[in-house]
Amino acid sequence: MSKTNNQEPTTINQTKFMKLSGLEPLILNENSNFINVGERTNVAGSRKFLRLIKEEKFDEALAIARHQVDGGAQIIDINFDDGLIDGKQAMVRFLNLIAAEPDICRVPIMIDSSKWEIIEAGLQVVQGKCVVNSISLKEGEEKFIWEAKQIKRYGAAVIVMAFDEVGQADNYERRIEIAKRSYDVLVNKVGFPSEDIIFDLNIFPVATGMDEHRKNAVDFIEATRWVRQNLENVSVSGGVSNVSFSFRGNDGVREAMHSVFLYHAIQAGMNIGIVNPALLEVYDDIPKDLLEHVEDVILDRREDATERLLDFAETVKGSKKEAGVDLSWRENTLQERITHALVKGIDAFIIDDVEEARVLAAAPIEVIEGNLMAGMNVVGDLFGAGKMFLPQVVKSARVMKKAVGYLNPFIEAEKGDEQRTLGKILMATVKGDVHDIGKNIVSVVLGCNNYEIVDLGVMVPPEKIIETAKKENVDVIGLSGLITPSLDEMVYLAKEMERQNFTVPLLIGGATTSKAHTAVKIDTQYKNAVVHVNDASRAVTVVGDLLNKKSSNEYVAKLKKDYDEFRTKFLKRGKEKAYISIAEARKRKYKIDWEASEIVKPKELGIQTLEQLSLKELVPFIDWSPFFRSWDLHGKFPDILTDAVVGEQATIMYKEAQVMIEEIIANQSLKPKAIFGLFEANSINEDDISVQKKGEEIAIFRTLRQQLSKREGIPNHALADFIAPKETGKTDYMGAFCVAIFGAQELADNYKAKEDDYNAIMAQAIADRFAEAFAEYLHKQIRTKHWGYAADEILTNDDLIKESYKGIRPAPGYPACPDHLEKETIWSLLEVEKQIGVTLTESLAMWPAAAVSGYYFANKEAKYFGLGKITDDQVSDFATRKGITKEKARKWLHPTLAEN
Amino acid sequence: MSNIYKALQERILVLDGAMGTMLQAYKFTEEDFRGARFKDYPTPLQGNNDLLSITQPAAIKTIHGKYFEAGADIVETNTFSGTTIAMADYQMEDLVYELNYQSAKLAKEVADEYTAKEPHKPRFVAGSVGPTNRTASMSPDVNDPGYRAVTFDELRIAYKQQVEALVDGGVDVFLVETVFDTLNAKAALFAIEEVKEERNMDIPVMLSGTITDASGRTLSGQTAEAFLISVSHIPLLSVGFNCALGANLLQPHLEAIANKTDFAISAHPNAGLPNAFGEYDETPEEMGEQIEEYLKKNLINIIGGCCGTSPEHIRVIANIAAKYKPRVVAG
Repeated sequence: MSKTNNQEPTTINQTKFMKLSGLEPLILNENSNFINVGERTNVAGSRKFLRLIKEEKFDEALAIARHQVDGGAQIIDINFDDGLIDGKQAMVRFLNLIAAEPDICRVPIMIDSSKWEIIEAGLQVVQGKCVVNSISLKEGEEKFIWEAKQIKRYGAAVIVMAFDEVGQADNYERRIEIAKRSYDVLVNKVGFPSEDIIFDLNIFPVATGMDEHRKNAVDFIEATRWVRQNLENVSVSGGVSNVSFSFRGNDGVREAMHSVFLYHAIQAGMNIGIVNPALLEVYDDIPKDLLEHVEDVILDRREDATERLLDFAETVKGSKKEAGVDLSWRENTLQERITHALVKGIDAFIIDDVEEARVLAAAPIEVIEGNLMAGMNVVGDLFGAGKMFLPQVVKSARVMKKAVGYLNPFIEAEKGDEQRTLGKILMATVKGDVHDIGKNIVSVVLGCNNYEIVDLGVMVPPEKIIETAKKENVDVIGLSGLITPSLDEMVYLAKEMERQNFTVPLLIGGATTSKAHTAVKIDTQYKNAVVHVNDASRAVTVVGDLLNKKSSNEYVAKLKKDYDEFRTKFLKRGKEKAYISIAEARKRKYKIDWEASEIVKPKELGIQTLEQLSLKELVPFIDWSPFFRSWDLHGKFPDILTDAVVGEQATIMYKEAQVMIEEIIANQSLKPKAIFGLFEANSINEDDISVQKKGEEIAIFRTLRQQLSKREGIPNHALADFIAPKETGKTDYMGAFCVAIFGAQELADNYKAKEDDYNAIMAQAIADRFAEAFAEYLHKQIRTKHWGYAADEILTNDDLIKESYKGIRPAPGYPACPDHLEKETIWSLLEVEKQIGVTLTESLAMWPAAAVSGYYFANKEAKYFGLGKITDDQVSDFATRKGITKEKARKWLHPTLAEN
Repeated sequence: MSNIYKALQERILVLDGAMGTMLQAYKFTEEDFRGARFKDYPTPLQGNNDLLSITQPAAIKTIHGKYFEAGADIVETNTFSGTTIAMADYQMEDLVYELNYQSAKLAKEVADEYTAKEPHKPRFVAGSVGPTNRTASMSPDVNDPGYRAVTFDELRIAYKQQVEALVDGGVDVFLVETVFDTLNAKAALFAIEEVKEERNMDIPVMLSGTITDASGRTLSGQTAEAFLISVSHIPLLSVGFNCALGANLLQPHLEAIANKTDFAISAHPNAGLPNAFGEYDETPEEMGEQIEEYLKKNLINIIGGCCGTSPEHIRVIANIAAKYKPRVVAG
């Protein structure tokens, strides 16, 4: 049985493939990767889950299920087999609750129990196609047949344990004997679809010290191979952590054992399994000596394998991931070292290695095209396969840039050929917009996939984009923007490209862009390819497809058709919403009982600036979740740090962010500045707010009112509703503010000058977080001190993120008041530019970009809402009130018009 | 084995249109619904359309006849609400067997009449099995998402009663239709399988889901393909969609399943979306044009109409269907 040493993948006997469903399908096919089953919702797999179920804390138990799915589990295993739990009742209750959570029940359920009545109760409450875990011949053929028949009738797949009347299969022969017999009964006597059969061939521990356990792994692997070759269409599954049971406490060895075992079992045909991703090392990353010892044990290659691994394990202290700096890779060949540095993002030795390569190469350019590209190809492959995450890729790029930076003078000295790239891509944040974190990430990712990037930066006028595109003869144009007016800039640019007979593809990205807007507004302006790229990880494949000479025509045609269909569907859908006139909407305004409502006079009326604040005070106010989001790492802070899939990466980034924050604070390289004012105010003419000083009007804010037709009794909100109308005779109050973080651009430029894009982006992301934290901090100061209406509130940072405070701080450009024009009113009222130096671009974006401005409303009934779409009558009315032309009003309100 | 399989190989089969819309034209009063037999029944009965199979059998037969006349190959029995669960509204649980048996018999009589007239075109009766008015995988109580107003076993038992009566009445095929909760449908399929096994017989089953909004999901949240996977454990005669959306909006969902299954594909859409008065006003010609799009794309084996469709709609659809070849069904 030494076949396992021969690592040829098994030729699998399969013509039909298993299909499962939750709310969405899960379909296996010949290209399917290993299916990972989440096991934390199993009382035997998670002590926390067991405790929560015992305490009937089903809500928290649901959070575990959600966490599993968010973390990438493709099926969730649910098990309540515990003496102290009423398993049937718990199964029904939990599955019913899951059915109400679309983000959980989108994946198929694995109903796990040793009791048939629990399995059947589970099958009766799940609409999708589940997996039953498990049945076996343990209690004879009759019961086995009856259960299988029922499962078939309920429409589920089934796991069959290698267990029969005699006992559990514990060697190769017994495994295949029971599997064969079970298969024949299921297929021939029950008519069970063979593709819906999954065998669990029993993973038992190795290296226990007992001779009879030595072949446990190798027997499983060989039995798996036999089953996949001989029993047509079936799958093979198992719980992997069992194999390393005897090394509990030594995660370093366990991780290696799991990945070695999986590596061989997957080659043999195991395609489903319960694996804890946190306890898994990358096979190729296992140190050679450890790998050899572990493989000796798993594959039973030596008499003394167990003793040798035990001895060796003493030297593997804990998880390798936690160990100190491991420099053993420096012993490898030059190419291996370069690849390792790129994959791991280590720049400490890259100059030495590149120099060594340069001396050996015929021309310096060969180091880039040979050694470095070979390494970057590995990065590209790992990224494409989902084995590396965005921040890691950006780090790889940092190493790459450093290497290229070192080589450039040599290349120029030789006047060698230009570096050959896959294509030239122009990237720009459009006119009037200053946000570029996303654009920078996309640039870096494309750059390290061997595209040449022409980055024009932010606030780039369309003429410059057109002119540069022609001059540089670029292959693709990428546009980015975060604020709503940028959408129109993009439409304009598409028109210009069409008018000037461009043919290159146009990429659209940024927070306010969407597939809908791209399909309806931009795609229609330009005959050639227009693609909305919603995250940086997609950019590489999209650009690759667009520039592939062989298939790009076909790809573009498909793209155009897809957008056309999407557009048709989208436009049809939009028509169904009904709107009421602005006059009607005003009758349905939100009514506060001003006789009863409490109005608190601010302790400090007037305008104040705040420039002497230490960033340190803002740190506790930081909301970290958006920080991770900007890197395409999805999940809620702090859970994301322990997330099964992205947790490790998120933890690294979080630590690096902490280090950078400390540096920033020490060097005072970022500077917070704020200005705010608190004023007397009354609403006038329904939707306007008159701001006063000692009874004299000094500014008017124009607010917009919801016009969507709603059910009787549901009001149509405008912000003005939260301020007492003049007619009440009462004096009410409101505030306005602007906070900004200065210095981020300089900091990022410094990093860029050092070829360090990773930290440049990190600096900008941190500045953004500080700006938001500053807004939160200032709001608290307003509530408890300057205005003082909530002097005694006690809220945690979590409460702040959940906005559980009293009063609101809506910002122009955001859902309650999407109109950016009112920023001008704030700027003149507070003299923002003169006092603290924050300016507005022609699209009314703030500069510096890390800035927040808005209003304060204190009434306890004030709440956040989304304006939704408005109709033409309100636009006319708004223009008249504001004293601007209707064209101007339409231009600025464009994205919120219902006719779109 | 029913020769409906043979017919399905040869041509696109045409299903009938709406029963409810046709009954509305009769403007039956409370007395008409009651007839002599239920004169003194304790609950109001107007609106219990299934009951008309007993109290106004002539009208039901006339409507079936009109659809066959218009070119339908299959008519559905007047049993959309024929379960103890749905009949509880009228306190008529005990009448479920009789309602289904009579409905099946009426339809079969008319079908046999037309088959005798045109032996080259045999006519079939589909036993309509509706979704009931309760959902097994959703809670009606927003404050208690874990609550269920009906269990799988309650549904299975109710469906089994209906199915047995329909078989006794002589239906050729079952049509489990307007499936908005896949778990309800799975209970119906489970019941049908039990009856088939107990009586040692085979009878084809058509299954038709309903997609309720433009997001392309069923009311219980499944995508079209997930729905297909969840019901494919039973060897169905056909799978498809009906109701909710008009023909044009249904097309993408039919496309989503057509190349993913070896079962025949059916569609019986509404006559467009309801207007502001809740009426369906897509004309036969408008609907026909939409349906011709399906046929051009070779998506369909069985085609018909749901809410708002009339014999005129079916006539237009049947004429168009005759011009096209059916979608090729593997196996």
